[in-house]
Amino acid sequence: MAAALSAAALLLGCCGAALASGVQDQAEQFFRSGHTNNWAVLVCTSRFWFNYRHVANTLSVYRSVKRLGIPDSHIVLMLADDMACNPRNPKPATVFSHKNMELNVYGDDVEVDYRSYEVTVENFLRVLTGRIPPSTPRSKRLLSDDRSNILIYMTGHGGNGFLKFQDSEEITNVELADAFEQMWQKRRYNELLFIIDTCQGASMYERFYSPNIMALASSQVGEDSLSHQPDLGIGVHLMDRYTFYVLEFLEEIHPASQTNMNDLFQVCPKSLCVSTPGHRTDLFQRDPQNVLITDFFGSVRKVEITTETISLDRDLAGFENELPKDELATEPLKYADQLPVAQIIHQIPAEQSV
Amino acid sequence: MGNGAKLPVPLTVLSSSEADAALHALQDASPGSLTVYVVPESSSLLPQGTNVYVGKHRSALVRAGQGLAALRARLQQLTRVMSFTASSIAAALADRVPDGQLGPDARRHLKSSLGYEITFSLLNPDPKSHDVDWDIEGAVNRYVQPVLDKLSVVANFSVDSQILYYAVLGVTPRFDKESSSFLLSAHSLPHVINPVEARLGSSAASLYPVLNFLLYVPERSHSPLYIQDKDGAPVPTNAFHSPRWGGIMVWGPGSASLPLHVDVDMVRVMEVFLAQLRLLFGISREELPPEFQVESPGNEGLADWELDRLLWAHTVENIATVATTLTSLAQLLDQISNIVIKDDVASEVYRAVASVQDAMAELAEGRLRSAFQASKEAVTSSERAFFDPSLLHLLYFPDDQKPLEIPLPGPCIFFIPACL
Repeated sequence: MAAALSAAALLLGCCGAALASGVQDQAEQFFRSGHTNNWAVLVCTSRFWFNYRHVANTLSVYRSVKRLGIPDSHIVLMLADDMACNPRNPKPATVFSHKNMELNVYGDDVEVDYRSYEVTVENFLRVLTGRIPPSTPRSKRLLSDDRSNILIYMTGHGGNGFLKFQDSEEITNVELADAFEQMWQKRRYNELLFIIDTCQGASMYERFYSPNIMALASSQVGEDSLSHQPDLGIGVHLMDRYTFYVLEFLEEIHPASQTNMNDLFQVCPKSLCVSTPGHRTDLFQRDPQNVLITDFFGSVRKVEITTETISLDRDLAGFENELPKDELATEPLKYADQLPVAQIIHQIPAEQSV
Repeated sequence: MGNGAKLPVPLTVLSSSEADAALHALQDASPGSLTVYVVPESSSLLPQGTNVYVGKHRSALVRAGQGLAALRARLQQLTRVMSFTASSIAAALADRVPDGQLGPDARRHLKSSLGYEITFSLLNPDPKSHDVDWDIEGAVNRYVQPVLDKLSVVANFSVDSQILYYAVLGVTPRFDKESSSFLLSAHSLPHVINPVEARLGSSAASLYPVLNFLLYVPERSHSPLYIQDKDGAPVPTNAFHSPRWGGIMVWGPGSASLPLHVDVDMVRVMEVFLAQLRLLFGISREELPPEFQVESPGNEGLADWELDRLLWAHTVENIATVATTLTSLAQLLDQISNIVIKDDVASEVYRAVASVQDAMAELAEGRLRSAFQASKEAVTSSERAFFDPSLLHLLYFPDDQKPLEIPLPGPCIFFIPACL
């Protein structure tokens, strides 16, 4: 009786373990993101010297994203780009993000896709929705597909429900939400992470209604996002607080890290940021606990070992396509005398032909 | 044979592949069709132990089996292998099926596109030690072009190649004393691709998806280099691939005196790359019971029935894409009542609708080739209509938001006499 009971218990235990590991595998598979590539759209919506910090914000995010593995071909960077070569910049060709000029985020390999007056609401919406004129080069397009995770970072001056573009126009939260819905209709993203660092930033994500979007903002409606530190050498504020602390957080991340989104939500509490950062995850299907930072900021690819090969017939003469040889006999070419310099210099008249 | 033609040699003296080739000449093998020849159970046409022989065209030889039930089971399994199944069609519709139903593996095949760009790259991080020679042009003409010619029904392919010097992998391999070689473990492979990707480049003019095939010749200080799988065993192909991206193969020259002239054996390389190309497209050999024997397609790279399976999947995917695109466009137009659609956009929409109806009719008749062509035209038209740049203005900058324009002439009339 006891033996039967213990045998039954052992069996149950084994079954339980097998079941648990099966469930574990299934759980792992379920919580893994199904993306195969990463894109980033980084937009700085301000111009002019006193908005230095917005350009520094965007460039710092750009550098982090590149460091974690997203290549330039998958980053659409929109900047007014009037900082580095601005006549008021005491250190030309640089954009610094820390006090005492520790880190030049402009560097040697910045690839700006939309610069100066090309940063408009229309171009931004064209990039997102894909309704781009056919003559646009590849580097200016967002060629994402249904397996792409996209990071969208926007910074600049904003208000309750709008974001100002270069002092001449604005984009509203409704337009942004509609643009994301157009993207979803064409399955131009798998998951989208939207980060905004402006005053009253949370108003911009209030109207989203498409699935698989997670949003973070630096301040709530009615609050201003504040800048971090002025630099007395350059004369302007170098960065905004929220992005500064996000970047400090990202410095700890390397391509293999397992840090998840919940940690990103804790970045920059009110004591440091003065404003209250907010986030929105109700449209997102996975639990933020299971979303890795590198799912959006880096580019970790799923790989598989290749176990099959096909067998090719080495000496298949029949398939050998004879490369067309250049059959035209070219006559020897001479370089024609372009200008009779010797005659000109020495005033020798050209020989008259009889 | 129903049509009364005669074979030149009696079937019984031929091997299965020769029989299949001979029968192929008598068939009407249109794309999407499948011809099954049932042979007596005791026939010697099929080798001992093989009950089903799958040819590389569109036919198969099946033993009759002990009774009708056994034959039916074999035929069912055969059609699952050679033609489409519910799961393969569901995989083609993967982005419209809710997440939980299909595994994450179902969504990794290349999406149906009008064209693909294939780039072969040779990475030589150590040109001082290795002088690498690869005859890529010859290999492409001899081995890759036949496969692409066969796939030309599916899409347009363009091929280029490049050599990158001083391109290193993102991870440092580990030295293994037992085999005195360097090893790349399976979990470090995902991080290999990124540093290289920035240097790979792509054609500026085309918008087609790019497939990259990289051949890496490791540095002298890290030679020989092998890839390890999850269990720690070295991988025979020494290659790995990433869905929707491409594949990487590590070439292992032995260490010898400097500078080593490395002659790359393009056949071995192309065998791996072409196998990876098949996997990226989703043409893979599933596990078959031992009684099934599948004929190798040889230098063509894929059998006719594998091409048919790809076409079924792409046709269904195209039709679904057109349906969602046009529906979404129609919803958009419903929402914005004062939108004005240009004539050419409207004609593209009409063309898309007509083409997709054609495609569905052709599919119902089983005419795969024309259904696929119609679905391609439908996708082209619907994408052109949906992504037309003129729609943006009307959606986001409609007339009621523009500032009022006040006609000027009135006050100007008074100024002009003053100037004269």
